[in-house]
Amino acid sequence: MAGFASNFKKQFKFKYIVSWVAVLAALIVLIILNNAGVLSRSVTGLLSRIAYSIILAVSLNLVVGFLGELSLGHAGFMCLGAYIGSFFANSISQSIDNKLIVLILAMLVGGVVACIFGFIIGLPALRLKGDYLAIVTLAFGEIVRNVFKNLDIFGGAMGYQSKPYNTKELYIVAFVAVIIVLIIIQNLIRSKHGRAITAIRDNEIAAKAMGINVTFYKLFVFMLSAFFAGVAGVIYGHFTTPVLYTTFSYNYSIEILVMVVLGGMGSINGSIIAATLITIVNFALQSKLSGDLAALRLLIYALILIIVVIFNNAPAFKNIRERFSIKSIIDSRKARNAKSQAKISDDDAKWDRIESKIKNDTILTPDLPHSDAPDESDSKEGK
Amino acid sequence: MIIIADGLSLGAIYALIALGYTMVYGIAKMLNFAHGDIIMVGAYVILTTLQMTGNPYIAIAASIVVCTVAGIVIERLAYKPLRGASPLAVLITAIGVSFLLQSVAQLIYGSKSQAIALPDFGKITIAGNHIAVSTLITLIVGGIIMAGLTVFVKKTSTGRAMQAVSEDRGAALLMGVNVNRIIMITFAIGSALAAFASLFYLMQIPSITPTLGSMPGIKAFTAAVIGGIGSIPGAMLGGVLLGLIEKVCLSIPAISPYTTAIEFGLLIIILLVKPIGILGKQRREKV
Repeated sequence: MAGFASNFKKQFKFKYIVSWVAVLAALIVLIILNNAGVLSRSVTGLLSRIAYSIILAVSLNLVVGFLGELSLGHAGFMCLGAYIGSFFANSISQSIDNKLIVLILAMLVGGVVACIFGFIIGLPALRLKGDYLAIVTLAFGEIVRNVFKNLDIFGGAMGYQSKPYNTKELYIVAFVAVIIVLIIIQNLIRSKHGRAITAIRDNEIAAKAMGINVTFYKLFVFMLSAFFAGVAGVIYGHFTTPVLYTTFSYNYSIEILVMVVLGGMGSINGSIIAATLITIVNFALQSKLSGDLAALRLLIYALILIIVVIFNNAPAFKNIRERFSIKSIIDSRKARNAKSQAKISDDDAKWDRIESKIKNDTILTPDLPHSDAPDESDSKEGK
Repeated sequence: MIIIADGLSLGAIYALIALGYTMVYGIAKMLNFAHGDIIMVGAYVILTTLQMTGNPYIAIAASIVVCTVAGIVIERLAYKPLRGASPLAVLITAIGVSFLLQSVAQLIYGSKSQAIALPDFGKITIAGNHIAVSTLITLIVGGIIMAGLTVFVKKTSTGRAMQAVSEDRGAALLMGVNVNRIIMITFAIGSALAAFASLFYLMQIPSITPTLGSMPGIKAFTAAVIGGIGSIPGAMLGGVLLGLIEKVCLSIPAISPYTTAIEFGLLIIILLVKPIGILGKQRREKV
């Protein structure tokens, strides 16, 4: 029974469910507000944008943060989802009346198509490492754009005329999709498979040696991420018209990457917050910064990206980082609380910080009369 | 004939840019995504000095100096603090720098394309074909630069130090090679090559936008990967190959809209068949 309780506790640890519970709560509040007529059309539109941005950021985080590979073609998968999803929705809307069902089917179809392309791209990419994978995904994004630009059934250079879903309701569907995505991802990364994925990130060779099927997991993560990006694309296609290939440029992939890096690589909650913030800032600045001043926004993103990454990764800032990180503050407080239970935990893996118990002088002067020095130090620690 | 000449000169431009990528990759083990935008910086410097002085030679010299300095400054500020950090972090920083340069250029010059009037050298006729002199200049100067670079890397002590750092940074350090200095020099040379590339690029397409560098940059990077990244002859070969393919594809009406897709598709296929590129060296990973 006690085992079950602890298991239950582990399963529903606050940190892991907070994301989708928070999104769910936000959604309920928003639906109530919307029914009360408080939300304007532009706000519900913004909500849809936030929803698909969250899906994009979280799914990219799966590849970048958990698998440790850089993908620069995320917008390409989104592009596939947007075009294919809208096309599918348009073609079946005659036979199926219910718009919601059409949207859901379109999401599945767009996601699956993106997923298939994720497989096609993932297959060669798996043979490649880090930088090469980044360039292949980038190339993929450009290929997708280039092809859709020239396909006449998708409207060619004019963009595809999709039929937008009712903006006042789209965000509900979109947020439900967000919640489903979050539940899937949160459960995945805490499962055996999730640990395998992070093991591959931390040390591929060691992971292979432990019997983890690296190829399978890389492909799996890649396809899952592509699937979600495709779903986000379908939401985008139902949000705006026309679906235009220029939207899904390399810059858009980078914008998603900024969300992931800003929120923290490997942190789902961070991605959600960052995606929400950046989308709101984009929305707010879009009307204020017109023309060339729009570059100011990009400038700010670029600076944030550079500063955050340098601060988080530069060896020179290691001390500052460890001193001021939230984790270390919490840890030091915990340590203060549990002063009597001093023990060295192995899984912290901070081997470089465990002090040696052997004193140098005792090694250097073994023949001196007070050779019982080690015992002395031991007894001191015992007290 | 014209197509081949055009393709070769475009290839020379790609090769010059690709050299910057491949040298930095070989020596600093990082992808300098901002390299393409150095071309854009060079183009704007040419534009500004040309407007101020009217002398194209001063403009070219200024662009080389500014690009070189920009390359060194970027390396010092953005990449040096991250030496020893994970490659992903460095890559993301490089992307940030690329965005930074583009947005700064857009704030200064606006996003509209600006025309530039470089001196026109006219055309000459070789075996009945009219070929622009600028194409020939690109080919010849590009060839000379590449030959010079090869000699520099093979014969001079700095060049040999570069090879040593590229081979094994730790061992080079133990042998007394100043690794930081070598990396700085690499960035300087790469950026100077980018300045030449920007000049040749403007001779072909005389208009400048803040995103001018990103497409040639990505394509040159593709060329570097096709040739085998980290290998100097590979970058030249890849660049020329890609330039030829692009011009040939553009000349066939049926497939010309898909040129970009074909080029990047080629990249994927080559990486599938030979993940290290045509002339790349196999590196065995050590545990």
